[in-house]
Amino acid sequence: MSDFFSITTSILFHGLAMAMVLYLISVGLSVTMGLMGFVNLAHGAFAMAGGYTLVILMKQQNLPFGVALLAAIVICVVLSLILERLLYRRLYGGDELDQVLMTMGLIFASVGAATFLFGPVSQSLEPPAMLRGQINVLGREFPTYRSFLILCGALLVTALWLGLERTRFGAQIRASVDNLRMAQTLGINTSQLFTVAFALGSGLAALGGGLGADFLNVGPNYALEYLVYFLIVVAVGGLGSIRGPFVAALIVGVSDTAFKYLAPQYGAFFIYAITMAILLWRPRGLFGQSA
Amino acid sequence: MTDLSSRDLLGDRKAVIDAFARRHRFKWYEAIPWLAAIACYFLFESYHALGAQIFATILFALSLDLLIGFAGIVTLGHAAFFGVGAYAAGVMAANGWHEPLSEVLVAAIVAAGVGFASGLIVLRTAGLTLLMQTLVVAALLQELANKWSSVTGGSDGLLGMKIDPIFGLFRFDLFGDTAYVYCLAVLFIGWLIARNIVYSSFGRSLTGIRENTNRMHAIGAPVDRRKLVIYTISAALAGVSGALIAQTTALVGLNTLALSKSGELIIMLVIGGIGRLYGAFIGVPLYMIAQDRFSQIDPIYWYFWIGLFMIFVVVFARGGVLGVFERFNQRRRSR
Repeated sequence: MSDFFSITTSILFHGLAMAMVLYLISVGLSVTMGLMGFVNLAHGAFAMAGGYTLVILMKQQNLPFGVALLAAIVICVVLSLILERLLYRRLYGGDELDQVLMTMGLIFASVGAATFLFGPVSQSLEPPAMLRGQINVLGREFPTYRSFLILCGALLVTALWLGLERTRFGAQIRASVDNLRMAQTLGINTSQLFTVAFALGSGLAALGGGLGADFLNVGPNYALEYLVYFLIVVAVGGLGSIRGPFVAALIVGVSDTAFKYLAPQYGAFFIYAITMAILLWRPRGLFGQSA
Repeated sequence: MTDLSSRDLLGDRKAVIDAFARRHRFKWYEAIPWLAAIACYFLFESYHALGAQIFATILFALSLDLLIGFAGIVTLGHAAFFGVGAYAAGVMAANGWHEPLSEVLVAAIVAAGVGFASGLIVLRTAGLTLLMQTLVVAALLQELANKWSSVTGGSDGLLGMKIDPIFGLFRFDLFGDTAYVYCLAVLFIGWLIARNIVYSSFGRSLTGIRENTNRMHAIGAPVDRRKLVIYTISAALAGVSGALIAQTTALVGLNTLALSKSGELIIMLVIGGIGRLYGAFIGVPLYMIAQDRFSQIDPIYWYFWIGLFMIFVVVFARGGVLGVFERFNQRRRSR
C-alpha cells in the first residue's frame, strides 16, 4: 500500500513539474491564437532559444543561474519583437495556410541555425549547486531542482492569472480575445496589445525552455520534436483560454510521466490516444468557447 | 413563363457543360513534364535512382496538394499515410510476398483505410486543432512503428526486402533504370486520377468548401462526406508513393512517418505553388535536385537556407514559382 502511495506521489510530483514547463511554454501560443487567430507553429523555437541561451551563458560565460535566465528571457523577447515586426505582422488576419507555411519555414531555419551555432548534440543544463541534490518535504525526499521548478511555475502562474484578472492590460487582452472588433471600437490599441502579448508569450516560452531543459532536451530539433506537445496543450485546453492550457498541461504532464513509468514499452502512445479521445469528446478543447 | 425559364436553364446548362469540357480538355503544356521526364531518362543516365525518388515524391506532393490546395484541409501529418504505405509494402516484401504491383495495391488500400479512420476523427475540427490532430495521428503511428519492432524493425528500419521483377520481366537494377520508368508510369496514373478529381464537379465542390465552408453547408452540399472522401483518396495516393519509395530503395525507416517529412513536403509544394496541380511537378524536382547538390557540400545548413527560402516565398513570392509566373503573365496581358 505504501508502495502504491510512493509511486503515486512520485508520478504526481514529476508530472506536475513537467506540466509547469509545458504550461509556461504553451500559454503564449494560446494567447496569440486567441487574440489574432495566428497559428504560430514556431513558438517552440523561442523556447529553444531560451534554453540554448541559458545553457551557453552558464557554460561559457560562467554567469550565475539567475542572471543567465534573465538574460535568456530578455534576448528572446528582443528576438521575438524583431521577428514580429519583420514577418508576423505581415500575415495578421491573413490566410491560415500562409501562417502555417511561414512559421514552418521559421522552424526549419531555427533547426539549421541551432545546428550551425551550437552543433548537432543536445545541451544539458547544470543546475547551480544550491538546486542540486534532494530536499526533504514531509519526510520524503524530492529532487531539489524539480521542487524549485514547481515552486517557480506556481508563482508565475499565479502572477500571470492575477495580472490578467486584475490589471488594465489583462482586461484589454481578455476583451480582445472575446471580440477583437468590439475591442478596437472601444479604442483599445489592439496592434500594440498584440505586440506586447507576443513578446510576453515568447518571454514565458524562453523561461519555460530554460527551466525545463532537463525535461525537454535542448537540441537543434527542439521546435520540431516538441511541437506536438505544445499543440496538444493548446488545443486540448481550448484556444485563447488561459486556464485551459494549465489543465491540459497537467493532464499531459502527469499521464506522460505515469505511462513512461508504468508502461514504458508503449512510449508516448497513450498520450496521443488520450488527446484524440478528449478532442473526440470536446472538439473545441476542455475550456474552448462554443461557437 | 415556366417554358421560358426552363429553356434558359437548358441553354445555360449546355454552356456550363461546354465550359466544363473545355476546362477538362488536355492542353499542350500539360505534356511538358512528361516529355521532360522522358528526355531526362536519356540525358542523365547516372541519375536514374534520384529520378525515381523524385517521381514518387511528386506523387506524394500531388496527394497533399489535393488536400491543402483544393479542399483547404491544412495538415501536418500527411507523412502518416506515406509511412503506412511504405511499411505495408515493406512488411509484405520482407515476409515472403515479392510481387511489386500487388504490394502497391495493398499499400493504397491500407493507407486509404487509415486515412478514412483518422479522417472520421480529425476532420470534425479546423485550424490549429486540426493541425494538432493530424500531427498526433502521424506521431501515434510513428510510435507504433517504433515500439512494434518485431514487425517493423523499430528504429533500425525494416530490412531484408525482396522485390520480384515487374510483370516477371523487368528486374529492379542497381542503376535505377527500371525504377525510373516504373515510378514515372505510376505517377502518370496518379496524376490522371488527381486531374480528373480536380476538374470534376466533386473537385469544384471541394474548392467551394475551401473558399467558404458555411456557404457550402447552406446550399446543401454534404461537406463532411466530401472532405472524408478526398482525405481517403489523398491518403491512398500518398500510400502508393510510400510503397514506391520502399520498393525502389528497399528500406523503410521511422523517418517515413516523421513531422520533418510532412514539413519538407509542404515546403516542396510551396516552392512550386499550392493548389495548381503542377506545383508538385516543379517544386519537388527543384527541392530534391538542390538538396542532392548542396548536401554534398554542406548538409548542416540545408535546413536553414530552405527555411529562409520558404519564409521569403510566403512573404514576397506568394504562389511559388507558378504563382510568380501567373502574375507575370497577367501583367503582360493587361498591357
